Amino acid sequence: MRQRTLDKTIGSLAEAVSSIPDGATVMIGGFGGSGSPIELIHALIDRFRATGSPTGLTVVNNNAGNGHVGLAALIEHDMVKKLICSFPRSADPVVFTERYQAGQIELELVPQGTLAERIRAGGAGIPAFYTPASYGTDLAEGKPVEMFEGRHYVRENWLRADYALVKAHVGDTLGNLVYRMAARNFSPLMCTAAKVTIVQVSKLVAPGDIDPEAVVTPGIFVQGIVEVASPAQEETLNRAGARYPEQVA
Amino acid sequence: MKLTPTQMAWRAAQDIADGAYVNLGIGFPEMVAKFQPPGRQAIFHTENGILGFGEAPPPGEEDWDLINAGKKAVTLRPGTAFFNHADSFAMVRGGHLDVAILGAYQVAENGDLANWSTGPKGVPAVGGAMDLVHGARRVAVMTDHVTKDGQPKLLERCTMPLTGVSCVTRIYTSHAVIDVVDSHFVLREKLPDLSLEDLQAMTGARLQVDGGIADLTAPEI
Repeated sequence: MRQRTLDKTIGSLAEAVSSIPDGATVMIGGFGGSGSPIELIHALIDRFRATGSPTGLTVVNNNAGNGHVGLAALIEHDMVKKLICSFPRSADPVVFTERYQAGQIELELVPQGTLAERIRAGGAGIPAFYTPASYGTDLAEGKPVEMFEGRHYVRENWLRADYALVKAHVGDTLGNLVYRMAARNFSPLMCTAAKVTIVQVSKLVAPGDIDPEAVVTPGIFVQGIVEVASPAQEETLNRAGARYPEQVA
Repeated sequence: MKLTPTQMAWRAAQDIADGAYVNLGIGFPEMVAKFQPPGRQAIFHTENGILGFGEAPPPGEEDWDLINAGKKAVTLRPGTAFFNHADSFAMVRGGHLDVAILGAYQVAENGDLANWSTGPKGVPAVGGAMDLVHGARRVAVMTDHVTKDGQPKLLERCTMPLTGVSCVTRIYTSHAVIDVVDSHFVLREKLPDLSLEDLQAMTGARLQVDGGIADLTAPEI
């Protein structure tokens, strides 16, 4: 049995994704390519290609992938049964669009702020909350509505996951994280809402090397951390016409 | 003659106060940022967690961790702030934004907006629109006055799936500026050489007049 230790470092990407089972709900950080943990996703694809597992995943991400790398490649390998997202369009959404229109992938469309708050609530132990978003629209169908101070609000449930795969900029071995610019987006929320959060960081440092005032995600929300020194950027890969696994440099 | 999308963006920009916190929707509304009147500086918010970003960088200098909600590269300015998505939508739903400017498929005279789904055939994508329409103090729409095949986009009732109910307060079209007041369209400005009758004929609900109608003009840009 693995000892619970303070050092959360994982030696390889393959090991980092080795325990994700078939049918798991996996939150994947990022907004488009910004903050997308490309290397962790590709490691999951490598495992699937070698072993046939994991498959039947439910993925939570703002988008539905772009081009043929990262999340799009995960979908292209038919590893994703259901996608929970707010905006399944992109510059090159062909992979998701084809499967969606053929009825091969399930889509739960969620307003973006509701998606963020559902994840936040999941991480904070709040099973449901009310939001004005979607009131009177098709996306509120079947959901309880209540009036507070003269306005209508729709009840939404928390969202939790078995795993979160996240990219951060600097992390220490305790799992304290700092992100880079707008790449943080959903990731700090997802870290809180998953049973197991695996993070790839561009730079892994020792405890004490991150200013405590600057920590965005405290290490308590992180279970594993792996260093990927020069992470690929989805936008750059797509501009180069990359596909995973064929043409990633 | 009608206003181009660029000119509509210019017109919408004239109503944004100095220091206002503003969210601009993906597509044409993004252009509003380029036309702030001299001496005014709005602070732009993007759903993916930036407040106070600057314009697009020159080609080749993009940093893809620094993008707007349309996934386009932006730049840092003195005072830029980053935050996570829950904080970003606290700014939205919590009533902290002064203005949101969105695109539209249809707007109804009671302020209903349809801008996210064209029906069962396409891939639906809602993004942050359903949050923005209930959060910003002022929700404005920028749109051509009619569809590509000449059908009215301003209607008594939307026929397409709604983004929000009774949420739009002002509409900047290619032909007019219209406010939504007490579930009616109130015409504020129209193109100078367009008659009220002709404008009414292009509009799917009655245009009311309350006071004067100003000329809608914009520079050649």
